[in-house]
Amino acid sequence: MTASLRASAAIAGAAESEIGAAPDGTRPIDLMARACLRALADAGLTPADVDGVFAATTQLPMAPVNLALELGIDARYSDATNVGGSSFMFHVGHARAAIAAGLCDVALIAYGSTQRLVGRSSASVQELDPWEAPFRPAMPVTAYALAASRHMHEFGTTREQLASVAVAARSWAAMNPGAWSRDPLSVDDVLASRMVADPLTLRDCCLVTDGGAAIVVTSAERAATLRRPPVFVLGAGEAHSHRHITGMPSLTATAARQSGAAAFAEAGLTPADVDVAQLYDAFTITPILFLEDLGFCAKGDGGPFAASGAIGPGGSLPLNTNGGGLSYTHPGMYGLHAIVEGVRQLRGESAERQVPGCEVAVTHGNGGVLSTQATLVLGSAATL
Amino acid sequence: MTEPTSPVAISEAAWRDGRLSYPCTADGTPVWPPRIAAPGTGEPLTWRDSSGLGTVYATTALHARDVPARNVALIELDEGFRMMSRVEGLPADAIPIGLRVRARFTGPDPETGARLPVFVPAEDHA
Repeated sequence: MTASLRASAAIAGAAESEIGAAPDGTRPIDLMARACLRALADAGLTPADVDGVFAATTQLPMAPVNLALELGIDARYSDATNVGGSSFMFHVGHARAAIAAGLCDVALIAYGSTQRLVGRSSASVQELDPWEAPFRPAMPVTAYALAASRHMHEFGTTREQLASVAVAARSWAAMNPGAWSRDPLSVDDVLASRMVADPLTLRDCCLVTDGGAAIVVTSAERAATLRRPPVFVLGAGEAHSHRHITGMPSLTATAARQSGAAAFAEAGLTPADVDVAQLYDAFTITPILFLEDLGFCAKGDGGPFAASGAIGPGGSLPLNTNGGGLSYTHPGMYGLHAIVEGVRQLRGESAERQVPGCEVAVTHGNGGVLSTQATLVLGSAATL
Repeated sequence: MTEPTSPVAISEAAWRDGRLSYPCTADGTPVWPPRIAAPGTGEPLTWRDSSGLGTVYATTALHARDVPARNVALIELDEGFRMMSRVEGLPADAIPIGLRVRARFTGPDPETGARLPVFVPAEDHA
C-alpha cells in the first residue's frame, strides 16, 4: 500500500531557453542553465532555493552535476535518469516522491541540447543492438517506420492519416511566434516531401533544433506561496517495454498503456476529462499510437481520429498546441518542452493558441524507439 | 573467461556455419534478442537451430541521396521469435507484410568472415 501522491506536488515555474539554432560556441549547459534561471524567476526563486537537481541530456551524462556547478546549487538530492525523450516525465514522478519523502524541497528539472549546432551524430552516440547493427538500420527513424508499417497493415492506417498529424501540428505552430516551422503545410506537401524511411517522409519526422527547458517542482503547500498559479501533478505513471525495436512485444501497442492507466487512475480522471494533450511527436506515427494507448480513441482508430480534425485548432482534443516536435522544436529530447506547453495552457498563457477553459492537461513522453513511456496528468486549482 | 558465454559470440559462430541459431527456455520458448538467461526466471537458455522459414512482420525501405533504397525488415520465424534482417529479391519498398520468406546466408565478409542471415521469398527457393 502506498500513500497517494495526487496533487502533493506542483509545478511552480516553467520556461525555455532560446530555441532554434544556437550561435557558435554555445554549450548545452548554457541553454539548460538559461532555461533554469528563467523557470526559477518565473517561480520567484533563485538557485539558492534549489536543493534537488534532476537533469538529462545526451551530451552530458552527469547533467545534474554540471547544472549544480553552473548555477551554484548545493543539491542534497540528484537524479540523472536518462531514458530518452520521456526522461523529464520520469523526473516529475521521481521529484514528487523525493519531495513527499522529505529528501528535497525545491526540485529543478532541466534539459539542454546543441544537437543542431554540433550535429546529431556528435550529440548522441547510438547504442546499437548487436543483432540489429549488421542490417544497418538508420536509427531512430527505421524503428518508427517499422512501427508505422505494421500499424498500416493491421488497421488500414494510411499515409494521408499520418500526414494529418504533421498538418495539425503546423496549424498550431502557425499561431506560435516561437515555432521553428510556421509555413503552411498540406497533406499533399507531406506526401510529396523526400522519402526517408518508407512510409515516413521528411515531413513525417521531427525537427532538429537546439534548445533547453526547465521546470520547478515543489510541494503543493510551498507552491501556493510562490508567485505563479500552481500546476498540480494529479497523476504520474512510467513504464518501459524494450530497448531496441526488435525487442518490442507488439509494434502497435506501447507501454503508454501502463503509464497512462497509472496516471489517470491516480488522478481520478479519464481521457474524456482532458482539455489539452501534449503527446510526444517524434514522428507522425507516435501521437497516433499514444492517442490509442492512452485511451483517447480505440486501438486502431488513431489514424482516422487524427485525420478527422479532432487534434487541430478548434478540434475536440487540442494536441501539441505549441506545434510539437514536428513544427515547434525538437532539440533531441523533447519531453520537457511538452510539459512547459502543458503548464502554459493550464495557466492561460498560450495567447493565440490558448485552449479556452483549460483545467486538465496530459503530457506524455516517449523515449528511445517507443521504448520508454511516461504520462503526467496535470491540473489547475479547479481540479483539486 | 574461457567459456563462450557471450550470446553474441554464440550466434555469430552459428551464422558463420550458416545456421540461424536462437536461444530458448527449458519449455522450448524462444528468446530474442538473445541474452544470458531466461527473462523472469534467470534459468539457463539452450540454443537450437531455426528452420529459417518465417513471415515478414514489418518492413521499411531506407532512402538516401544517390544510392538505391535498401530494405530493413522484422521477420517472425516459424519457431516464434522475431528478428531484424532484410528481404532480398524484391524491390526494397515492395515487400508485403505477411510474405512468406526463407533465410539464406550472405557470403563471408572478406575482412571479418562474418555471414548474415537475410531473407528471400520462400516460394522462389522452395
